[in-house]
Amino acid sequence: MAQRVLLIEDEPNIAEAIGFILRRDGWEVMHLSGGDGAAEAARRLMPRLVILDHMLPGMSGLDVLASLRGDPVTAALPVLMLTAKGLPRDREAAVKAGATRFMTKPFSNAEILAEVRALAGRD
Amino acid sequence: MTAPLTGARLRERRLVLGLRQADLAQEAGISASYLNLIEHGRRNVTAEVLARLAAALGVETEALTGASSGALAEELRAAAGAFPEATAEIARLDDFASRFPGWAALVAALHGRAATLERAVAALNDRLGHDPHLSAALHELLSALSGVRATSAILVETEDLSPDWQRRFHLNLHKDSERLADGAGALVAYLDRSATAPEAGIAAPQDELEAWLSVRGWHLPEVETGNLAAVQAAVQTIGSAAARQLAEAHLARVAADAVALPLGPFSAALAELGPDPARLAARFSAGVLSVMRRIALMPGAEAGLVLCDASGTLLFRKPARGFTLPRFAAACPLWPLFSALARPGMAVQALLDTPPPAGARFHALAFCEAELPFGFQGPDLRTAAMLILPAPGVPGPALPVGSTCRICPRDACPARREISILGTVVERGFDSGANSV
Repeated sequence: MAQRVLLIEDEPNIAEAIGFILRRDGWEVMHLSGGDGAAEAARRLMPRLVILDHMLPGMSGLDVLASLRGDPVTAALPVLMLTAKGLPRDREAAVKAGATRFMTKPFSNAEILAEVRALAGRD
Repeated sequence: MTAPLTGARLRERRLVLGLRQADLAQEAGISASYLNLIEHGRRNVTAEVLARLAAALGVETEALTGASSGALAEELRAAAGAFPEATAEIARLDDFASRFPGWAALVAALHGRAATLERAVAALNDRLGHDPHLSAALHELLSALSGVRATSAILVETEDLSPDWQRRFHLNLHKDSERLADGAGALVAYLDRSATAPEAGIAAPQDELEAWLSVRGWHLPEVETGNLAAVQAAVQTIGSAAARQLAEAHLARVAADAVALPLGPFSAALAELGPDPARLAARFSAGVLSVMRRIALMPGAEAGLVLCDASGTLLFRKPARGFTLPRFAAACPLWPLFSALARPGMAVQALLDTPPPAGARFHALAFCEAELPFGFQGPDLRTAAMLILPAPGVPGPALPVGSTCRICPRDACPARREISILGTVVERGFDSGANSV
């Protein structure tokens, strides 16, 4: 059975590209385009991992991450954080909030696939 | 022949102020080529020319001849403070400056240059971290670029891509490239608008304005005769737009002061009543801060003046000789300026002693005015001023103060924020000499 990835990304073209790559690699991709309700969705869907954008409309990526880490059900869920900012303090904030891995835009398809596989222990 | 050090000091001071040789020469009434020869120690300089050059540079003649190493010593202390890890022998500073004056001047000049560059770097770093427009514009570009990169890679690398997906990704690529073009255009337009030429962020605008005023002896005679156009033309020669804006605001204030406190009658009243801002303000029905500014900015005035806002940020710094004002760091919290800031409308005065070894006595008069631009709903906006009058030999208890902690040797000071890089001095005690009048 395909393993599930929850993708939380507000940029439709980026979401479509990532979704396409992952589906071709055999993943089931669930997509949300904002942070509101994302933590509840993760709890309900129980994906293998979450790909989470930093800057989201409504609840920010860091807020979503804090919710995930604050819930015992999702506390250990691997989270790959995406951001368009390469500033060290954003990276520090993401790591502090509990991001498992961190990737800065613009990333390559191969990089994101490798990260997802590594997080799921499939490489 | 000019002593080599005089020439080197002249040149150093001129460069610190950002003046061209032609500017300074004109100000001092000599030719630029003569000034060039003086700066390189290849021509004699008469006492009269040296005095004119010193006046044009806003320094004492002794600061150029090296007869007094006060200013140089301050700069060397500041240089040592910036690099405490070098453990410079502060105690032997005077020895160093007198035995190797050229090297000492070089250390001071290099420290000044490093400080300017550090400020430029900080300004540029700040810009990326704290400029929301720049940050948003870059985010938009990087998002669009991420879309282009991911989509184009799929188109190139996926051999069996269905026509439907191909169309879809081509459309996405087109949308993202449009977005990229718009974003790049917006970013270029923003940078064009905000780049006030190469000088942006290189020198603090306040430093630029103060250097400009210092060269003019802190007094603008054209303002007294109502010839504002002449000063306004001179303001346009200031390097950065931000400093020009500060200069224009300063000009408006001193022009209003000149109207409220005409030079002739004000000089007479000052001679009669002494430098008492409250009495002078009452005599002319003027504001106390206006009077303090007028006293400090009279032709040839020895008084120093420092102004701050409610955050304690220094807004204006005219130094009195022997009373160093910090350029980068926060000021000594014991200054009566800050006591006045907490009590708008109350007069605060104190005798102050600056730190040894060059310690001198001053009479400080401080006052704070508050405005209510937000009405009763909002916070008041405060401006505090401190007039610094030289008071050599004036008896009585004085408050030991400094410039800023880092270069203040008063080790036991209860107000200390950080350790000093200077040697300790033994204090008689920190009894407050401040009183309300």
